[in-house]
Amino acid sequence: MRRSFADYALPLLVFLAMIGLWEALVRINDIPPYVLPSPSLIGVTLVKDWGTLSGSLLVTLQITFQALLAATVGGVALAILFARSRWIERSFFPFAVVLQVTPIVAIAPLLLVYLDANTAVLVCAFLVAFFPILSNMALGLASADHNLIDLFELYKASRWKQLILLRLPAALPYFLGGLRIAGGLALIGAIVAEIAAGSAGQGAGLAYRIVEAGYRLNIPRMFAALVLISASGILIYLVFTLLSYVLLSRWHDSARERGL
Amino acid sequence: MADMLSLRGVDKVFATGAQALGGLDLDVREGEFLSLLGPSGCGKSTALRMIAGLSQPTRGSMEWRAGRPEIGFVFQDAVLMPWANVFDNVWLPLRLTGQSRAQSAVRIEAALELVGLDGFAKAYPRELSGGMKMRVSIARAMVLRPALLLMDEPFAALDEITRLKLNNDLLRLKQELGATVVFVTHSVFESVYLSSRIAVFSARPGRVVAEIEVDAPLPRDDDFRLTPLYGHACKEASDALHKAMGEA
Ligand SMILES: Nc1ncnc2c1ncn2[C@@H]1O[C@H](COP(=O)(O)OP(=O)(O)OP(=O)(O)O)[C@@H](O)[C@H]1O
Ligand SMILES: [Mg+2]
Repeated sequence: MRRSFADYALPLLVFLAMIGLWEALVRINDIPPYVLPSPSLIGVTLVKDWGTLSGSLLVTLQITFQALLAATVGGVALAILFARSRWIERSFFPFAVVLQVTPIVAIAPLLLVYLDANTAVLVCAFLVAFFPILSNMALGLASADHNLIDLFELYKASRWKQLILLRLPAALPYFLGGLRIAGGLALIGAIVAEIAAGSAGQGAGLAYRIVEAGYRLNIPRMFAALVLISASGILIYLVFTLLSYVLLSRWHDSARERGL
Repeated sequence: MADMLSLRGVDKVFATGAQALGGLDLDVREGEFLSLLGPSGCGKSTALRMIAGLSQPTRGSMEWRAGRPEIGFVFQDAVLMPWANVFDNVWLPLRLTGQSRAQSAVRIEAALELVGLDGFAKAYPRELSGGMKMRVSIARAMVLRPALLLMDEPFAALDEITRLKLNNDLLRLKQELGATVVFVTHSVFESVYLSSRIAVFSARPGRVVAEIEVDAPLPRDDDFRLTPLYGHACKEASDALHKAMGEA
């Protein structure tokens, strides 16, 4: 998969050009920073406020990954349970769907009533990350090759061995696809819940910094926090894409290198 | 030759209401190479799966003379685990009976050598050609040295040359293992070349309408295709097949 220089250079050039355009517009029109800060000012703010912002970044990332871990454990376990019993699947899948289709912004205030702010944020992030993992994993476990299942039956393999040696590996590409979606969603869930918590949130994640900076009309800092949130989202996506590649490139077509 | 298995009056009706087999009488004899020949959809795969214990008869009896032997099964497609390399794919039957990788290594390498794939243990299925995948599948079926080998149109997806080569390899392997083989095929020529006996199925619901003995010793080589006996057997099988299809 040799990419030519132009494959990388072109998108980068376009990106830099857009930033340059933004900078130029702000300077030429003398737009005040509390209306629209220039990219350079956002950069300066990022460095100047790094002490506060980096702490918040860490908090947000921590919540995101805790939620993702819980969603992975819960989603995979429930999917395995679903695969074992049609009854359990029929009875519990509707709940998962209800949670999925109800917007998290609407649930967050309710959770804040019952739980302390930090837990509520974690639960929100968990709830949005849970469904893609559950549904992808359930699909993956059900998609094992039927002939291979027959083969395992022929050799009188236990259900446990069938799960470990056949269904889990077959589900891996689906699971990783779900994880990639869930990673982004967990971040969004954490941010949304923190915004809903507003000044009640003592967790001091990045969303809290945005709300706080908004009250103080510190627009450059709002932008700086926003940049960090976007960067986190991109990073999470890249990490899981890399993970997929490492785990699947030897055998799965989704990670296949287009050989000549 | 003693019977290994006999099926008597076997019907198979699926939950959908489709009847695949109707009054199937079939014996499998110890040490023979038996082909099941019949039109598409007549229930050959169903019969084979039943012998493997993967499907139960709706009516009728199925009796093993000396208990159910060790069985190897080869599907129409290679049906390998794409996430496992050749070695681990062949290891599977041993692994499921509790053998560690180290305990199995000698037998796996022997099986791979038998199908001419030594040196490919580390390769992944997608790095192999269709014929090589099929060989892995056969090695996997052979690794437990089964007394009965069931094959469901294993070479149907392969080109003619590969197919002829694998036909010869299969006869050699059968000889080396001393196994009984039940082989499903569409092809009259393939069935005559390989078999000591051919059971011709009627159209659905399937039952055996003709049995043809091919009286030439196994293993055979390409010269066998030039003998009058081969020609006669092909004519006989082909006529029986046409009659079976005409009956429907
Ligand atoms: N699981 C199933 N449920 C319902 N019907 C089935 C099932 N399996 C097979 N059948 C039906 O039973 C009949 C026989 O199927 P089978 O696969 O045994 O045919 P076959 O002789 O192997 O055909 P082919 O040569 O095309 O492979 C077919 O009409 C098929 O539709
Ligand atoms: Mg078939």
